[in-house]
Amino acid sequence: MGIWVDSTIIFIVLTNFMLLASSRLAALVRGVALQGFTLGALLLLTHSDNLTYRVWLLVVAAVGIKGIAFPMFLKRTLNNINVHREVEPYIGYSLSILIGIAGLLLSLWIGSRLPLPGPIVSTLAIPVAFSTMLTGFFLIISRKNALTQVIGYLAAENGIFVFGVTAVHSSSIWVELGILLDVLVAVFVMGIAIHHINKEFESTDVDRFSSLKD
Amino acid sequence: MVLLGLIFIPVVMGLLALVLRHDASRRLLLPVTAVIHSALTASAWFDAPGPVWGGWLLLDGLGLLFLSITSALFLVASFYAVGYLGKEDRGQRQDFQEGVIFSNAPEAAFVACLLFFLASMTLVTLCQHFGLLWVGVEATTLASAPLIYFHRHRRSLEATWKYLMICSVGIALALMGYLLLAIAVPETPGTGVPMVVSELMRLGTSLHTVWLKAAFIFFLVGYGTKMGLAPLHTWLPDAHSESPSVVSALLSGALLNCAFLAILRPLQVLSAAGEGPFGRELLVFFGLLSMAVAAIFILGQEDYKRMLAYSSVEHMGIISLGVGIGGGAAFGAMLHAVNHSFVKGMLFMVTGNILAAYKTKNTRKVQGMLRLIPVTGVLWVLGFLAITGSPPFGPFLSEFTVLKGMLDTGHTTAAVMYLLLLAIIFIGMTSVVLKMSQGAPSEAHQSMASREIYATVIPPALLAVAVTVLGVYVPLPLQALLHNAASLLGGS
Amino acid sequence: MDAEALIHIGIALLLAPLFLGVVNRTKAVFAGRQGRPLLQAYFDLAKLLRKGAVYSRTTTWVFRAGPVIGLSAVLMSLTLLPFGGQGALISFKGDFVLFAYLLGLARFSTVMAAMDVGSSFEGMGASREVTFSALAEPVLFLCFLALARHTGVFSFSEMLPAISYSTWTHAGPALVLVASALFLVTLAENSRIPIDDPNTHLELTMIHEVMVLDHGGPDFAFIQYGSALKLWAFSALVVGTLLPIGGIDLPTGVVLSTAGTFILAVMVGAVESTMARLRLLRVPQYMAGAAAFAVFALVIAL
Repeated sequence: MGIWVDSTIIFIVLTNFMLLASSRLAALVRGVALQGFTLGALLLLTHSDNLTYRVWLLVVAAVGIKGIAFPMFLKRTLNNINVHREVEPYIGYSLSILIGIAGLLLSLWIGSRLPLPGPIVSTLAIPVAFSTMLTGFFLIISRKNALTQVIGYLAAENGIFVFGVTAVHSSSIWVELGILLDVLVAVFVMGIAIHHINKEFESTDVDRFSSLKD
Repeated sequence: MVLLGLIFIPVVMGLLALVLRHDASRRLLLPVTAVIHSALTASAWFDAPGPVWGGWLLLDGLGLLFLSITSALFLVASFYAVGYLGKEDRGQRQDFQEGVIFSNAPEAAFVACLLFFLASMTLVTLCQHFGLLWVGVEATTLASAPLIYFHRHRRSLEATWKYLMICSVGIALALMGYLLLAIAVPETPGTGVPMVVSELMRLGTSLHTVWLKAAFIFFLVGYGTKMGLAPLHTWLPDAHSESPSVVSALLSGALLNCAFLAILRPLQVLSAAGEGPFGRELLVFFGLLSMAVAAIFILGQEDYKRMLAYSSVEHMGIISLGVGIGGGAAFGAMLHAVNHSFVKGMLFMVTGNILAAYKTKNTRKVQGMLRLIPVTGVLWVLGFLAITGSPPFGPFLSEFTVLKGMLDTGHTTAAVMYLLLLAIIFIGMTSVVLKMSQGAPSEAHQSMASREIYATVIPPALLAVAVTVLGVYVPLPLQALLHNAASLLGGS
Repeated sequence: MDAEALIHIGIALLLAPLFLGVVNRTKAVFAGRQGRPLLQAYFDLAKLLRKGAVYSRTTTWVFRAGPVIGLSAVLMSLTLLPFGGQGALISFKGDFVLFAYLLGLARFSTVMAAMDVGSSFEGMGASREVTFSALAEPVLFLCFLALARHTGVFSFSEMLPAISYSTWTHAGPALVLVASALFLVTLAENSRIPIDDPNTHLELTMIHEVMVLDHGGPDFAFIQYGSALKLWAFSALVVGTLLPIGGIDLPTGVVLSTAGTFILAVMVGAVESTMARLRLLRVPQYMAGAAAFAVFALVIAL
């Protein structure tokens, strides 16, 4: 059982690298969709000894929202704004992968410094959660396209979700559902904002946001 | 019941606003809801309502204080908003800054989002459960983003996007803090501990220290982004300067306070676990840093709304500093929360009037307010005096209390920096405000001025009166509440 | 001299051209063609050996020595690789370093021969080849390090046969990652798509082919055979990492490994048929991705 949890967690890291290396927006959307499904699988695996109805509810909600609803919505936004590639990010793709590797090493170091008090699902869980968060934040700051920033936000939320699933055992179901709902509405609002940005600026390039400054 | 009403009545009214077609009756929803909300809040002063949902919602001293501030400010702002919406042109008009044609968002969306905003802020003040608190703060972000984008042009869109992204990332970090806090709870056999403030404080020193401290750091950075603590404040000047004045008033006066409340709850748990000094030192550091950053950016500021936004950063720094010092300074910080909200709300409403009269946000182009729009001009000068801490206004009393607290506990270097930064900010703002109000208005503006209407002048005037009264005499019930709130934070 | 280790050398020498044949047949099947006969590579080698060679007047002994050194280096590297769960012919601690540098020697001699020709055409191919190999070498070493970390030994002959079912249960993901990284390096080092197209003859797109353009006759036969052996060596490495055949008796092990190698040939053919060649600018990203796999496999052992 441990090996399957480890493999799922490692697969999440591979999706992170996929996000860091892709310039095509459709590939990025596919990456977060994969992450969503993997999170559902991770949920099932970590709770495999007591699969209550609330675990199933959370799995369905997580996979439904993160794996299906978000990618569909993002795909629709993508088709509407008619941008398909991130042409010139602030930090190039090879460097992004190398920074991703550095982030992974940093997360492993942090993970070794934070010993979990309770039962441990996998020694890789906390480092991978942190590295997914770092990947998400890195995408937000290093990419110019507004849609990529939303995808970075989703990746960061996925990292936090991994942390929540593997490290925390005593959270109320309503809180987790509320969190998922909030993220859903947040992405929805961001998508609407991207529509408006595209209409106003004729592009979704955040680099053009330079009129408000001191 | 009262608590549930406080949250759900604005939500229902907001949904009603989406459905109503008639503009005037939709605008009336705002004052009506505000009056109901204030009545319920006032009743809570006399008769403390009991906990709801198993202790997840509870009105303690801190919550009641911030709820009252929010409710009072929204009451005044709602009347202002009715006048403001009445004066807004329908359809398209020209942007005075860049000359682009733009239009407003549909009014129904604006009114509805204002009411949802009130509901979510109320949720934050009532909440004792950390997870629900997170949901509430995220809800305030989502409810206020469309409000910033009311005037639909490029700059407000840029401000809205920055607000959405930065605050969402900050709140994601706060979620991490919540998870770390959950880990800090020791494993108990059975049903587990609910993540409610009182339960966690009861656990006290049995919480795992490392995880608790890590959780507090994440909460501070995450909710601090929402509160406007430097260096996480970068969304604040843009959002406050591009949104309509009534929204800026609510953002500065109510939302920043609620975000601070979200930081105070983990501080309570931290103090109960014996790690209070760690958290308070961080608050002092961020408080002084915020004041310093605000001082740097206020000097030479050319946009008066941005100046007020940086002033909000400064005052949030003062409040954080006061709570961080503890003791008498905590009382001063709580009093300052009240004073700052009222004064800042009034100032932003006044800027709405200035903008309507002069059609520019540039401080160099505004002149002779005292002649052109006299009542607004007087309020502007009074507000400036109040916000920079001159007697006889309220903020003077609260800032002085914080200073006294600092000197009493021996934080002399911090006190010196505090006074120095306050002086710099005073100098920065004086040159701007006095130049704007005195002198003669230029020919172009004289022809453009519209007469001041009561609805946009009386609400700020009321707030000015309240601040003056608070500067001289703090009513006893309010004093008792402030002491109660401060004692919850380990002060007096 | 281990008689059983000689079996691996024999199989490699015999079946390496067949590996190429399987790759080409897979590509043909994907394209819906009949394709060349499976044994075509043997016929090509036989034809080339019967021919004479023409040498340009601008070349020196380096040009003539290139193919010979290349082939002998690759043959030497084969003696270091275990196969079928048995030890290799030569093994000592740290022999994977020698393996990498023998392959480097082969590459060096080919590059020298190409530059000796004096034409910018070959020089262009040489520079590209050297750049990509410089990027691939750290990845190769990272993979070896990861394998050494997981199995605890420093010699090929102990590392690869030590991979058994129990290694899979506690280090399975790491092995998959190392094998993926090694597969990517295989494609890069042996000039397959997506790094280089072995069938192209356009200046813009050639890398390996352009270096050996001037060789003919037996020299070219050596080069073709050498590259087939190099491909076999890398495949044996990948298969050795993946197959949990530690402790199995010799005949089963050899059969399984051979089958695994040919399945890998089919996979190479599949990758070649389904992907396009990457732009030269994107090759560093490809190598960075392979490096990410290898580093990840290394750190999860720590």
